[in-house]
Amino acid sequence: MADVKTTGAHVHGEAAHHASYLEENKGIMNWLVTYDHKRIGLMYLWSVLLMFLVGGLFALLVRLELLTPGEDLMNAETYNRVFTLHGAIMVFLFIIPAVPASLGNFVLPLMLGAKDVAFPKLNLASYYIYVVGAIMAILSIVLGGVDTGWTFYTPYSTSTAGAVTLMTLSVFVLGFSSIFTGLNFIATIHTLRAPGMSWYNLPLFVWGTYATSVIQVMATPVLGITTVLLVMERVFQVGIFDARLGGDPVLFQHFFWFYSHPAVYIMILPGMAIISELIPTFSKKTIFGYRGIAFSSIAIALVSFLVWAHHMFTSGQSPLTNAIFSFLTFLVAIPSGIKVFNWTATMYRGSISLKTPMLYAMSFLLLFTIGGLTGLFLGTLATDIHLHDTYFVVAHFHYVMMGGTVIAFIGGLFYWWPKMVGRMYSEKGGALSAILVFIGFNATFLPQFIMGSRGMPRRYFTYLDQFQPLHQFSTVGAEILGAGILVAILTLVASLRKKPDAIANPWGGSTLEWEAQSPPVTHNFVGTPVLEHAPYDYRHAKVEG
Amino acid sequence: MLPRQGSTIAGPMDDLYMFIFWLSVVFFIIIAGQVVWFGMKYRRRGPGEKTPHITHHLNLELAWSIIPLLLCIVLFFWGFDGYMKATVVPGDAMEIQVRAKRWQWEFEYPDGIRALNDLYIPVNKKIRMVMISDDVLHSFWVPEFRVKMDVLPNRYTDVWFESTIPGTYNLTCTEYCGKGHSTMRGSIKVLTPVEYEDFVKEGPPELKNMPLRELGELVYKSRGCESCHSLDGSRRDGPSWKGIFGKTEKFTDGTSAVVDENYIRESLMNPHSKIVATYEAVMPVYKGLLRDREVLGVIEYIKSLK
Repeated sequence: MADVKTTGAHVHGEAAHHASYLEENKGIMNWLVTYDHKRIGLMYLWSVLLMFLVGGLFALLVRLELLTPGEDLMNAETYNRVFTLHGAIMVFLFIIPAVPASLGNFVLPLMLGAKDVAFPKLNLASYYIYVVGAIMAILSIVLGGVDTGWTFYTPYSTSTAGAVTLMTLSVFVLGFSSIFTGLNFIATIHTLRAPGMSWYNLPLFVWGTYATSVIQVMATPVLGITTVLLVMERVFQVGIFDARLGGDPVLFQHFFWFYSHPAVYIMILPGMAIISELIPTFSKKTIFGYRGIAFSSIAIALVSFLVWAHHMFTSGQSPLTNAIFSFLTFLVAIPSGIKVFNWTATMYRGSISLKTPMLYAMSFLLLFTIGGLTGLFLGTLATDIHLHDTYFVVAHFHYVMMGGTVIAFIGGLFYWWPKMVGRMYSEKGGALSAILVFIGFNATFLPQFIMGSRGMPRRYFTYLDQFQPLHQFSTVGAEILGAGILVAILTLVASLRKKPDAIANPWGGSTLEWEAQSPPVTHNFVGTPVLEHAPYDYRHAKVEG
Repeated sequence: MLPRQGSTIAGPMDDLYMFIFWLSVVFFIIIAGQVVWFGMKYRRRGPGEKTPHITHHLNLELAWSIIPLLLCIVLFFWGFDGYMKATVVPGDAMEIQVRAKRWQWEFEYPDGIRALNDLYIPVNKKIRMVMISDDVLHSFWVPEFRVKMDVLPNRYTDVWFESTIPGTYNLTCTEYCGKGHSTMRGSIKVLTPVEYEDFVKEGPPELKNMPLRELGELVYKSRGCESCHSLDGSRRDGPSWKGIFGKTEKFTDGTSAVVDENYIRESLMNPHSKIVATYEAVMPVYKGLLRDREVLGVIEYIKSLK
């Protein structure tokens, strides 16, 4: 980081290095009972990364099996378990907690100028609940496996063998971890802002996290209720969803998506929140349309509760229901579009530094745009009939979830890594990973749009010969993507072997976390930070990057 | 990008698909073009560069909110219109009953003839499929017809289509249903009017040329004979077919008869007139469900089981 200078005058205590949160109270026991949001964030980070690797491994197995039609590596039953685990682990154990509980936990109080979150003990409890949920999920793999798909559709899920009950209970438990994190963040944002930090001076990451937390608190209980009902039916034969017991299988889909559609925004809003930080910092320019981005997050959070039945256009629900949900689905597209335009406008006439986090942010803009635009095909009723439950849908949500959230998560990880561990990583390694991930991702999922349009249904163990070339292309892409992720992780891990070398503000960021030393002291700031100007206001920036 | 157009609704749907496709291409080029172009043009040349302080621009922001909103409203109405045309069943459609179960499709024609996995329909005729599932959820999809509808265990759902070109089309299950999900396929054979008349009279063309014994074996396996009649002499709900031809059977009413062509035919058409002693009267009536040639096939097949 030869081109970085700091003026120092503005930054409290920059001259003297204080013992950081990593150096104080060392020892595993001190970590396990810590109330420090930064340590809890790091523990979450390692846990979700582990889950990401496990889920990713299952994804590679799925892609390998699909290299040729028919049975290669595994039989149909095993394949069904593997894709279920890929989905369930990625959704419930990785992507939902990934940004809020790991990066959010670490960064949010720092951004607010606070010493910690509002309820530190609740924060630790949330982590342990997550661990219990994760153990239950892994036990269910050992005790018979689950082959329902991550959506647990009835009556299949109430009639199939395997450890479905344990897996659904694990989802129930994980829900509490998510609710606790959400509650904690809402309270923190309301009560622990630094002097001078009005709502309109909040960094946009905080707005995005706030919107996410609102959904976590309001929607997750419905998932809890749904999983309990499912277990009641499976274990006690109470007829709720099973037609033979007098229930209605489509009711399950309504309950499930009433949570799981807002949950899509639990996943993507934090990704958007990260991008809103990366682009101004690396363009060294104030964010364009601050209020547009802030309010579009809130708008998305609210409208996201009113679109769930667009997952069910071919489920046999009434045409009127379909029409209403199709219309509302188009409405929720608008705020996402506004954000994308604001981000690109922020780059206009900026001073753009193509460091690793910015490469990921630019990848995000391209991939999320494809994810959003392909959503138009699915929100439109006539075309959704053809595309529903095909590889087109698989590709669409991977563009949003992986191309959007996961890319933003990795970008954010590269961005805040120096703050978290006090070390700079190899720029070359970071850039290589960004390029490999971008190429591998597109090679994996672009062909899937074509396959879906041509007639390839999702969740297929074998397929017609005509799809083989595209499946093979996709599998090769997945291997490149996997290599890219591996390079990213190795780049970060390699930096840990170096001596601490990160300065407080290596990127020229304008939000409060960059005024704390890298890594911060246990109580974050030496003295009380005071907000001197709005975030992203580079007219006053005293830090050159 | 899309499969061939096999039904009347495929054309209009594809027009909409292509409209959204080109709309997406235009927006992608605008956005991605800006990201890449700005990334190159405004790339940082050195430290200390100053940037303009542009916080917002109301008209620009209104433009990129309202223009996409209007386009979305157009898509909504176009999509809704296409959806209604694709799903509201015309009154004069021929009805076929569909029973989906793991992992096969059963069809029943208005005249009671049943078929497994292969459906024969006339070209240029509106067909309505009335569907129900025996077990879990399934979904009926014929990509070339652009129709899809879930099949539920507790309620009838329907789809309709009017095929436009004779030929064979894949039917495939698109709602995950377990081990055999990906092989739960069927085929829809669209016939010319002449071929269809022939089919109604004599059955599917490939059966017409099948040797009688093979045809009988097919009936044995596909029409449920197998579940009650064994081929190895073991006892099931009905007498085994092994060596039964030419044997004298005793009946519950005390009479007896030799198993010959006429006895087998009677057992299929009016099974409860003679019940073999020690068995229950559970044989279903096949009158109207088997074509003449299929009855002959069963007879030949039984003859061959020495």
